[in-house]
Amino acid sequence: MNGTEPLAAAYTWPTADPACVPFAVYTDPAIFAAEQERIFCGPVWHYLGLEAEIPKPGDFVSTYVGTLPVVLNRTEDGRVAAFVNRCAHRGAIVTRPTRGNCATHVCIYHQWTYDHDGNLAGVPYRHGLGGVGGFPADFDPRAHGLRKLRVAVHCGIVFGTLAEAGPSLAEFLGKPVLDRLARLFSRPVAVLGYQRQHVRGNWKLMVENVKDAYHGGLLHAFNSKFGFFRSTQKGEVTVAGGGVHSILTTFGTTGEQDTGSALQNVQTYRPALTLEDSSMLRHIEEFDDGIATSIVSVFPSFLLLHASNFPVFRHVRPKATGEFEMVWTYIGYADDSEEMRDLRLRQANLVGPAGYISIEDAEAVELVQRAIEGERSDALGIVALGGRGTDSQGHLVTEAAIRGFWQGYRKLMGFPVAA
Amino acid sequence: MQTTAPRSSAANDEIPFEQRWRVADLNDRYVRCLDDNALEEWPRFFTEDGVYKIVPRENFDAGLPGALLLFDSNAMRRDRVLCVREVNIYRIHVARHYLGGTAIARLPDGGFAVRANFLVVHSDGEGRSSLFAAGEYRDHIVCEGAELRFREKVVILDSFTVPGQLAEPL
Repeated sequence: MNGTEPLAAAYTWPTADPACVPFAVYTDPAIFAAEQERIFCGPVWHYLGLEAEIPKPGDFVSTYVGTLPVVLNRTEDGRVAAFVNRCAHRGAIVTRPTRGNCATHVCIYHQWTYDHDGNLAGVPYRHGLGGVGGFPADFDPRAHGLRKLRVAVHCGIVFGTLAEAGPSLAEFLGKPVLDRLARLFSRPVAVLGYQRQHVRGNWKLMVENVKDAYHGGLLHAFNSKFGFFRSTQKGEVTVAGGGVHSILTTFGTTGEQDTGSALQNVQTYRPALTLEDSSMLRHIEEFDDGIATSIVSVFPSFLLLHASNFPVFRHVRPKATGEFEMVWTYIGYADDSEEMRDLRLRQANLVGPAGYISIEDAEAVELVQRAIEGERSDALGIVALGGRGTDSQGHLVTEAAIRGFWQGYRKLMGFPVAA
Repeated sequence: MQTTAPRSSAANDEIPFEQRWRVADLNDRYVRCLDDNALEEWPRFFTEDGVYKIVPRENFDAGLPGALLLFDSNAMRRDRVLCVREVNIYRIHVARHYLGGTAIARLPDGGFAVRANFLVVHSDGEGRSSLFAAGEYRDHIVCEGAELRFREKVVILDSFTVPGQLAEPL
């Protein structure tokens, strides 16, 4: 498969518009395998990490591109470089720690040694031992390096791609995403910590969740009961990158008490509760552009949530059709005052696998996966809130960003589309 | 992060048996409270401004301050209980904590530095059990009148890839 030929007719998308989603995309192992080839090894840029995580020469962090293990490095001369973490000799994982610093990457199995770019720098007994053995005379170490990714950096965020051709990073992200990421990276950032969770669901259900402006005030009762976010708040959905990326934005102050008649029978809009200690809801103004919340989704699996004073990245790592891991990277700024850092650490209570406004997402995703496993092959779901198109919309009562994802996804995957 | 935690169980020998028993009993009652789902009692195990935090092992090892949960008042702990009861939605389950390997050392303030291993098993609505969490408590316990309470309870989570979500305290 080279990513251009269509999938078999059995995978024909049931509707011309992307407002219907066949459940098979979440459960079919053949589709999962095709995603690895066409998306994760395709003409797409993938989040690898932050420059702030690898400040010194020799620093590295381990990550994944789809299911492929990848290491992001700071080279001796200060560049960033990335390789697939699989020895060119027998295919073993070369670098075992999640993060660290090393002079060279050495495979434990037969001590094949690589530099930070992934070039093969040493092969034990290459010329034999005591005149016997050794690799053939035509063995060329330059042809047996680790598989390298092309890397590119935007504002300290490192992306990589396994495709030899395709759009530049700037072309891939597009101006709306470039600008919103640049807003966050106006000053040097510092990592405050990581959180991880394992979810028994397909990775795309999580990406859709982040593009879903519908559920915020409904599933996450904390939002409505304590007035943090609701669908009636002024906001907009920007569909970018030809559909695949999106930015959900809310403006102005939070906590407006407008439940509206349409919501009076909705369970999560019962009379508000109050927190005894609201220290984590304190907000210190850092930007003067009126944006209250930014939720950016970069195709396929890199997500930014920036609300109040907590910016956090999420990286969704597919493991199998019904299984993914999500890594949350919490950041602040290198020049944060102690007061600001304390506030950011408190606001981390709001998000992550234990967070007040995000705890339900994994449960919702798992409920979907449990119910659709073993469904009929023609069963499908519907995402038609706000129409069937993929244009940006000046409100949050829409699933346009989800439809944009499926429009871009089925094209990249080569799904035939019903007339 | 606490630096006064005892390094080995040898520290136990310096503590009179009755005090050792009272300290170990505090953690026994603490997990009994959680496993009985008596969460409304949970804040009372702490001093008013006691610190409770759940720290992923990878952050602890890297010296990063980020926690999964950070509460430094009983008001914050009562808020958590309110949300677990009334607001948040999570996997239906029953929890069981298993403690072991307790090590106790005396602190200059008259309190105790305690380490204890824990395992938490969750059983779901269809009767399937699985390991939910593994890690270590690092506690700073003080006497308030006749009661022992946590001035600090740091939950170091070895199993820092959380299965699903983490709603109730560990």
